[in-house]
Amino acid sequence: MATETMGLAATAPAPRERSELTQQRLRAARLFLIPMLAALAVVAGWPLIRSIYFSFTDASLSNLDAAEWYGVGNYLRWSVLESGTVRYRGLLVDPAWWNAVWNTVRFAFISVAFEAVLGMIVALVLNAEFKGRGIVRAAILIPWAIPTVVSAKMWAWMLNDQFGILNDLGMRLGLLSQKVAWTANADTAMTAVLVVDIWKTTPFMALLVLAGLQMIPKDIYEAAEIDGVHPIKQFFRITLPLVRPALMVAIIFRLLDALRIFDLIYVLTPNSASTKTMSVLARENLFDFDKFAYGSAMSTLLFLIIAALTILYIWLGQVRFDGGDR
Amino acid sequence: MKMNKLLVGLLTSVTLVAGAAQAAELSIVSGDTGTGLEFLRGQLDKFEADTGHSVTIVPMPSSTTDQFGQYKLWLAAGNTDIDVYQTDVIWAPQLADQFLDLSEAAAGVLDEHFPSIIESQTVNGKLVAMPAFTDAPALFYRTDLLEKHGKSVPATWAEMTETAKEIMDAERAEGNSEMWGFVFQGNAYEGLTCNALEWVKSYGGGQIIEADGTISINNEHAAAAIDLAASWIGTISPEGNLGYMEEESRGVWQLGNAVFHRNWPYAYSLGNGEDSPIAGKFDVAPLPAGDGPDARSAATLGGWNVAVSKYSPDPDAAIELALYLSSAEVQKERALMQSNLPTIEALYDDADIAAGQPIIPAWKEIFQNAVPRPSAPTQANYNEVSSLFWSAVHDTLSGNGSAAENLEVLEADLTDLKGDSW
Repeated sequence: MATETMGLAATAPAPRERSELTQQRLRAARLFLIPMLAALAVVAGWPLIRSIYFSFTDASLSNLDAAEWYGVGNYLRWSVLESGTVRYRGLLVDPAWWNAVWNTVRFAFISVAFEAVLGMIVALVLNAEFKGRGIVRAAILIPWAIPTVVSAKMWAWMLNDQFGILNDLGMRLGLLSQKVAWTANADTAMTAVLVVDIWKTTPFMALLVLAGLQMIPKDIYEAAEIDGVHPIKQFFRITLPLVRPALMVAIIFRLLDALRIFDLIYVLTPNSASTKTMSVLARENLFDFDKFAYGSAMSTLLFLIIAALTILYIWLGQVRFDGGDR
Repeated sequence: MKMNKLLVGLLTSVTLVAGAAQAAELSIVSGDTGTGLEFLRGQLDKFEADTGHSVTIVPMPSSTTDQFGQYKLWLAAGNTDIDVYQTDVIWAPQLADQFLDLSEAAAGVLDEHFPSIIESQTVNGKLVAMPAFTDAPALFYRTDLLEKHGKSVPATWAEMTETAKEIMDAERAEGNSEMWGFVFQGNAYEGLTCNALEWVKSYGGGQIIEADGTISINNEHAAAAIDLAASWIGTISPEGNLGYMEEESRGVWQLGNAVFHRNWPYAYSLGNGEDSPIAGKFDVAPLPAGDGPDARSAATLGGWNVAVSKYSPDPDAAIELALYLSSAEVQKERALMQSNLPTIEALYDDADIAAGQPIIPAWKEIFQNAVPRPSAPTQANYNEVSSLFWSAVHDTLSGNGSAAENLEVLEADLTDLKGDSW
């Protein structure tokens, strides 16, 4: 990936006419793609289209098949009162929804920012040569390997106000004057979720950045050292630009993940407005409140918001997934 | 000779296969608290021995809110894996279409149960579920601590607040730094609706939504009750109480770190268990009353039932299981081992129960006067009503606005939700 970024591959002239062999290969490639596309259409495309369809109906879980067309009413509808006042209803004017959007976006940006910086630091450390590097690399992946629900439950006990080890440590070390209910208190609940998420996914970020770091040829650093470039300058002038494509891809993976955060919030915090995210709210409407259509509208909007943010990110960050020139 | 043996062997194996075809393989879902699952397994073992059917338990999280979402999803998808569901008393109107009518199968035993409970499980003449046990919460208090500090059992919430604070402060001064005054269920879920309904009703503030569908929650009595509860957080109740469900609050209480505790009767037998540090050191009383003209002691009606999925491939065996789990025999065992209140009236006069679980005969009257949650008037909207209510209360408890402000918004939200009718 890195060598291509450096523009070496682009020097090869493209053949004007495709040979018979190339065409044959292209046909074979298309043939091999068909099963994957079919599988994607069944497991991703169909549910997606169905959800979008349900968001325009009056479906409830008890009458899914009898759902009738409702137009955009789940998103926005209005009625004019006798006094002439117009009353707007629907998802687009639902404060609970926008509160959830704000919670989600805030969570996603803060967590990904921390994970990017910490992941970079961890990757730099792991990239250095030292004894037992293999073991450290494996060990650092453990938080990421634990299923989220399990780690959320584990943290819930550690953060518990009465029995939790964190409060116990804090009290013993004199850092806390009284036990804090990290996840129950509306002010600290979001911070607690952020800490757990950063703990959990920094290794993933580090892994992707490490892969990028290892593609950088060592001789560049040797040359820089001979020229007497300060290590910090080396980092900003050599490492960062060369690892940037890998970092940008890692960030977008995490951003996509963070925007649909559900499990951590659901397990760790009380079901209150201060931490409810889009996914949590959508689930609640879909299954608890018997408002399947409204919940589908939320899911659809969640999909659109994630898509919009992703496109914006790719455009602003000029991310190249193929690693080559366009 | 050899041929004969072979024949016998063949014949027995054929009968075995035929016998197995009649015995059903059933599944029951259960999200229980405390030692509930263990108890259920024991009862199912007896059922298996008696009938030859086999029953698998599918365990669920203990939060009823979590259970409901899952059940709703399964039932909507016509899941045939689960035959028998354990259902909360409030679910009957919301799940009625998905369960079999048990009125015919249970015709012979219906009269034994309290009529109000049978009625709560009957939707448009269809008996949706058989009652397994009923529930009404109690105020658990530490007899040793009250005696030590010369206090009596509080009759009002204000008195409870004061007593709890005094004992807590005194105990802490003696070096008992983990001590709290009162623990209850403060997480934002169905349990908070139960707790808050008790506060509101005890202050004469109505039942959120009255039986005729009127929204009554926005009144000064309700606000006074919830404001008092909000004053507990961080003073007599730990801040973490905002995240407690039944089992978390029982944890604090059963370790001996609380003077008062609000919970359902199941906590009685667990608290008196062999490994419990507070065994023999506590007793129960009706929940305190509020202040004001219509003040009374109020307890939210709870209880669990067994329902048969209409998608069950073996409905007859499943109904057999439902009837067994609601039978007098199992209810008596439940009462003795789990301190769950029976729904069969005669069991309240049972000598064994009176001796083993004195809480139960004492509770008959309390649960007869228990306050139902507004699930009947609000029907399919109940979960959302409850969620709006517990959110408003949780906000107030978290210090996010006063009770009066939050109840005003709640009333507007409920009116929107109601539309022309529930």
